[in-house]
Amino acid sequence: MSQAEAPESEAPGPDGPPRRLPRRWSLGLLRSEIGTTFLRWRTLALLAVLAGVPVLVGIAVKIETGRGGASGGSGGGGEGGPAFISQVTNNGLFLVFTSLAVTLPFFLPMAIGVIAGDSLAGEANAGTLRYLLVAPAGRTRLLLVKYATTLTFCLVATLVVAFSALATGALLFPLGKVTLLSGTSISLGEGLLRALAIACVVALSLTGLAAVGLFLSTLTTSGVAAMATTVGLLITVQILDTIPQLHAIQPYLFPHYWLSFADLLRDPVYWDQLQKDLGLQALYVAVFGSAAWARFTTRDITA
Amino acid sequence: MPRNEPTEVTEGWGGGRSGRRKAVRYAVPVAVAGVAAATIGLVPAFAGSGSPDLPKISAQDLIAKIAKSDVQQLSGTVRVTTDLGLPSLPGGGAGAFGGAGHGDGPKGKDGATASPQNKLMELASGAHTLRVAADGPTKQRVSIVDEAAEYSIIHNGNQVWAYDSGTNTAVHSTAAEHGKGARWHHERKDAPKDLPKGLKNATPQDLAQQALKAAGDTTSVTVDGTARVAGRDAYQLLIKPKQSASTIGSIRIAVDAAKGVPLKFTLTPKSGGAAAIDVGYTAVDFAKPAAGSFTFTPPKGAKVVDADKERAKAARQHGKDFKDRKGLEDFKDRGGLNVIGKGWTSIATIKGSGSGLPTGKGHGAAGDAGTFLDGIGEKVTGSFGSGRVFSTRLVNALITDHGTVYVGAVDKQALIDAANAAK
Repeated sequence: MSQAEAPESEAPGPDGPPRRLPRRWSLGLLRSEIGTTFLRWRTLALLAVLAGVPVLVGIAVKIETGRGGASGGSGGGGEGGPAFISQVTNNGLFLVFTSLAVTLPFFLPMAIGVIAGDSLAGEANAGTLRYLLVAPAGRTRLLLVKYATTLTFCLVATLVVAFSALATGALLFPLGKVTLLSGTSISLGEGLLRALAIACVVALSLTGLAAVGLFLSTLTTSGVAAMATTVGLLITVQILDTIPQLHAIQPYLFPHYWLSFADLLRDPVYWDQLQKDLGLQALYVAVFGSAAWARFTTRDITA
Repeated sequence: MPRNEPTEVTEGWGGGRSGRRKAVRYAVPVAVAGVAAATIGLVPAFAGSGSPDLPKISAQDLIAKIAKSDVQQLSGTVRVTTDLGLPSLPGGGAGAFGGAGHGDGPKGKDGATASPQNKLMELASGAHTLRVAADGPTKQRVSIVDEAAEYSIIHNGNQVWAYDSGTNTAVHSTAAEHGKGARWHHERKDAPKDLPKGLKNATPQDLAQQALKAAGDTTSVTVDGTARVAGRDAYQLLIKPKQSASTIGSIRIAVDAAKGVPLKFTLTPKSGGAAAIDVGYTAVDFAKPAAGSFTFTPPKGAKVVDADKERAKAARQHGKDFKDRKGLEDFKDRGGLNVIGKGWTSIATIKGSGSGLPTGKGHGAAGDAGTFLDGIGEKVTGSFGSGRVFSTRLVNALITDHGTVYVGAVDKQALIDAANAAK
């Protein structure tokens, strides 16, 4: 194992310039990581499930309003459903917002948990981690590449939901001027821009969880254990976030401001919660990212 | 710290060096978390304790400043926190909705209709965020910011629109009067009667005006230091009832030093604890709001309700009912509602002629109800007979066994005394 450790110690040395590694090589590592991650059947299945959710929601709304008659958006379909669902029949673009609101509490983070938890522990489990470390990349760099891959998955997963919802919405419902939460209407083009911004905010909202998953992944050599712990932690935190007696700690739980992406649909945009959300995610990334770094660079790699 | 970080790992793993190195590396996340926790803990403390140096001002001058203040244009965000000690009302789904999300189950808030009454009831409990904008007496906009939903009231000239994004419903009505009186007209008119007065107009300005109106020789008004509210320098006006029977401990109003606009209103009950009503700007801007803020056209697909017609219909219906109900008419004719006392210890009295609440001594259903009432109300006796006192943090109510109700922001003894005196 000291063989595997030796190159690492030279790369991030604080005194003197770290050994220069060709930039292309590092990008190559990232590219190959993204390639292997996204070509896994498991990843493709996760993305397929995520793409299926908006289709199901869209069809359900279509059937419901078809049966419900002329009462349309304001009637039965709108009551008790997720946010924005009453607007879906008027404008297919709202299926994007509805789908993100439906998948954000659980489906999306679960997929992130699987990918993040598996990132290092999975390699260790398969016995490939030490071969990755033999390459003169250094552990820090490998960790960064793994995290970048997870972040790429966050963005791709969110965009898959958004595009699937947009396609379904455009097929099943009319598109047109978008009514914001404040009651003002904006053009479809601007609506699409806001939808894209929302997708980016949702992807950024998941970065905190990705960092937690990466940290958990450095703790164990069992991929399944890391995934299960990440998803379990997610569920636990989600439950804690709903218990009124715990309101003192709730602003510091990473999912607390997740649904603030809806604030982008106000006129003018209400930034307060969005800032809190992104700040909180940055905090989680900093704490758990550095914890993952501390653990991974000092750990004995035996597998 | 990075300087101390040992780099010579080549010496091997076995020694204490590796342990030290490990400890140093683990110190990084701990330090990051520590700095974050310190920042979270200290920044609000700094923001709250900042008391700017302002020239001294007398309470009289400050009140005059508020009266003189003629800010017509402003926009801002208002945080409303109410803790009246009432059980949390249904419909205020802000807390439960937070992270649980939509996938998990139906949320409670969508059942609400687009009527302003229901929305304003929600403000009576919990914490809410409002966005307000005003441009002169004829153009105002108030939006209640909910999670993934918004409820807006837009007043422009004689047009009043209310739009609820949750149900995609717009309510339209025409305001009869113009000018200053029409301010927040819609809310004032439709606000539920049983809300504490202060909540009908939920901006710090309105609340401050009401508090100052109540001030007289029964009140001590002093200037109590300065504060920073919403990034602006402000004087703190401290209003305290002199009458000891009042349940109101103190009212604190932060007044913008430059503009004379009340920025924050805090009402603390005498029993202590958190403020019962805390309404303040978290952000305020005195520039002219965009003209577009005050125009509203019902969006395509929205259900539009004509409130004027509905109200007329309801009034007709109500009038019919009213005639049938002799009792209610009597109630009105005899002026059953009386106000005893003055200032902070006013007690509203509603005369009843019935047998009042069922007592615990009875049998059957009445007995059960009585037992239940004993659980939530406290039984009291006096020369007036006996009755029950129902308490919240701010308001106490005495319902005698004869069915007379005494309500006020006063302590229990004052209600009993009032009942004894009225006998």
